[in-house]
Amino acid sequence: MLKYIVKRVLFALLTILIICMITFFVMHAVPGGPFNREKALSQATIDALNARYGLDEPLWTQFINYMKNLLHGDFGVSLKNGREISAIIAESFPTSARLGLTAMAFALTLGIILGSTAAIMRNKWPDRLIVFLSTLFTAVPSFVLATLLLLVFSIKLGWVPVWSATETHYVLPVMALAAYPLAYTTRLSKTSMLDALGQDYIRTAKSKGVAKWKIIFKHALKNSLIPVITYAGPQIAYIITGSMVVETVFTVGGIGTKFVSAINNRDYTLIMATTIFLATLMVIATMLCDILYKLVDPRIKYE
Amino acid sequence: MEDKMPKKNPLSAQLNLSKFNSYMFQKASDEEKRQQDVMSESTTFFKDGMRKLFKNPLAVLSIILLGLILFIIIFAPMIVPYHYEEILSVDGIRDKGAKNLAPFTYSKLEQQYIENGGSRFPHIFGTDEQCRDYFIRVVYGARVSLLVGFFASIIVLIIGMAYGSVSGYLGGTVDLIMMRIVDVIYSLPDMLIIILLSVVLQTVLKFSPGSLFESLGTNMISLFIVFGLLYWVGMARLIRGQILSIKQNEYILAAKSIGAPTSRIIKKHILPNCISVIIISTALQIPSAIFTESYLSFVGLGVQAPMPSLGSLANAARGGLQSYPYKLLFPALAICLIVLSLNLLGDGLRDAFDPKLKK
Repeated sequence: MLKYIVKRVLFALLTILIICMITFFVMHAVPGGPFNREKALSQATIDALNARYGLDEPLWTQFINYMKNLLHGDFGVSLKNGREISAIIAESFPTSARLGLTAMAFALTLGIILGSTAAIMRNKWPDRLIVFLSTLFTAVPSFVLATLLLLVFSIKLGWVPVWSATETHYVLPVMALAAYPLAYTTRLSKTSMLDALGQDYIRTAKSKGVAKWKIIFKHALKNSLIPVITYAGPQIAYIITGSMVVETVFTVGGIGTKFVSAINNRDYTLIMATTIFLATLMVIATMLCDILYKLVDPRIKYE
Repeated sequence: MEDKMPKKNPLSAQLNLSKFNSYMFQKASDEEKRQQDVMSESTTFFKDGMRKLFKNPLAVLSIILLGLILFIIIFAPMIVPYHYEEILSVDGIRDKGAKNLAPFTYSKLEQQYIENGGSRFPHIFGTDEQCRDYFIRVVYGARVSLLVGFFASIIVLIIGMAYGSVSGYLGGTVDLIMMRIVDVIYSLPDMLIIILLSVVLQTVLKFSPGSLFESLGTNMISLFIVFGLLYWVGMARLIRGQILSIKQNEYILAAKSIGAPTSRIIKKHILPNCISVIIISTALQIPSAIFTESYLSFVGLGVQAPMPSLGSLANAARGGLQSYPYKLLFPALAICLIVLSLNLLGDGLRDAFDPKLKK
C-alpha cells in the first residue's frame, strides 16, 4: 500500500513538473516581452532590464529560477497592473474554493441519493423522471444555465440579489456549477447501484430476511459508492473549469473571473500562474481520490 | 409395423405401452420436420445492431432530430437570402432600423418596401445588434460547432487509433513506455492546457494568405491542434485495451503463422473487430468537443469574429439579456438539442452494438 502511495505521489509530482514546463515554454513562444511598451525603450535600457531580471540567461536557467521562485510561493507580478500574483490568488481563491466545494458537496450528495432512488425504484415513474432530467442536464452547458438562472431569479423575479462586493449569494452560482456534476453523478450512481443490487450477497442477505433498508444502506450503497469516488477527482477539474464561466456570468470575484480576464487582456504571467496553480490543485485532488479509492476497496490490486 | 406393442412386465416401473398402438409412434414426415425448424434469416453483426438501434425509441428520436438539424443547416442558407456577415440593406440602402428586431418582425424601411409591393424574407429569429439576420447566424453557428465537433473527433480517432493499436499490438517495453506517456497526458488538466495553448497558438500561428488554413482562421486551427494534442489519449487507451484482448484469439495466431505482416494483421484482423467500440466512443466524443468549443468561444478563444459559433452567439447575447432574452435562447437551445441527441444516439449505439461496454 505504502509503495502504491509513494508511486502515486511521485507520479503527481512529475505531472506537476511537466505542467510547469509546458506552461513556461509555451508562454515563451509568445512574441513580445515584458518590457514592450508603446514607446519603444532604447536597446541599452532593455538589455539592462533583461540583465536585472535574469532574462538574458539561457531558457533552462530561467526555468530553474522560475521554479525556485514558485517553490517559495512567488508567482511574479501581473503584466497589466503590476500586482503580486500570489496576492491576487490569495484574495480570489477562497471565494472560488467555497463556491466549488459547496457545489461539489451538493452535487455528490444529491446525486447519490437520486441515483440510488432511481435504481431502487427501477422502471417506476421516479426512475423515469430522474433519468429524464439527468439526461437533459448533461446537455446544458453551464454558462447557459448560469445565464438563465441569473435572468429568471435575479432579474425577472428578483428573489436573489445580483452578486456584488458586499452582497454574496452562493445559491445561484452553486446551482449552475452543480448541475452537470449532479446529473453525471446521478447516472453513475444509478448504474453502480443497479450493479450492486444484482450481486449474490444481496440475494443472500434477502434470503436471510434482512430488512430492506438495511440491505440498501449496509450492503448495496457502500459498494455502489466506489465508482462515484473515482469520478469525484476528475469532477473537481470540471468544477474548476466550469467555475470560470459561471463566475464570469455572476461576476463573482473569484479566481475563475481573474483567469478569464487575464486571457482577454493577454496578461501572460497571470495566465501562467493561474494555470499552474489550478492544475496543481487538480492533480493533487485526482491523486487523493485515487489513493482513497484503493483504501475503500481492498479488492483492487495495487499496481 | 403391426400394432404389436411389448407387454408390460408387472414388476416393471415403465409405462404400460399396450395401451397405445404403434400409429401413435410414427416417424415424422419430412414436411412435419421442416415445420419444426426454427427458420430465421441469417444476419450480419451490423444488421443485427441496426435492428436493435431502430427498436430503441430514444435513439430513433435522436436520429430524427439530428436529421432535422442537419437538414436545416444544410438547406437553410440556400433558402434564406441573407448571409451571416451581411448587414441588412433594402434596395441597396443600409437599413439602420433593423437593429435587434424581434422574431418575425420587419424594420420600418422594410415595411415601406413591402407596402410598395416588394417582398422580403422574414427574419425568423429577428436580427442582432449589428443589423444581421439572426437565424442565418445561428444556422452558421450550428454548422461551425458541428464541424468542429466532427473534425475534432476524427482527429482524435485517427491519432488514438494509430497510437493505441501500435502500443497494444507490440506490447512489452514499447507498450509500457507508450502508456506512461499516455498516463502523463491523461493526468494533465485538459481544459486549462487547451486554454493556454489556444492563447499562445492564436498569437504564434501565421498562415499564408489565401490558403485553406487562412480561411478557417487561426482560432479554428488552434482548436483542432489542441484537440489533436490532448484528447486522443482516452481513445488510445480504449483501443489498446481492445487490442490486448483481441490479440489472444486463434485467428491472429493463424494469420501470423502464414506470415502476414504486422500492419496487415492490425488493419485486416484487429481493427475491424474493435470497430464497434471505436464508433461508439467517436459518437460520444462529438458532443464533448462541441461543449469544449462552446466554452472556448464563451471565454473568447473560439472561432474568429465575423464567423459565428453557438458558444460565441450565446456569449454575445448576454449583453442585452434583459431586453432580448430570445437571443440567448436560440443558440443555447441549438447546443442543447445537438448535444442531447448526439448523447442519446451514442448511448443507443452502445446498447445496440456493444452490450458489454455499458458503464
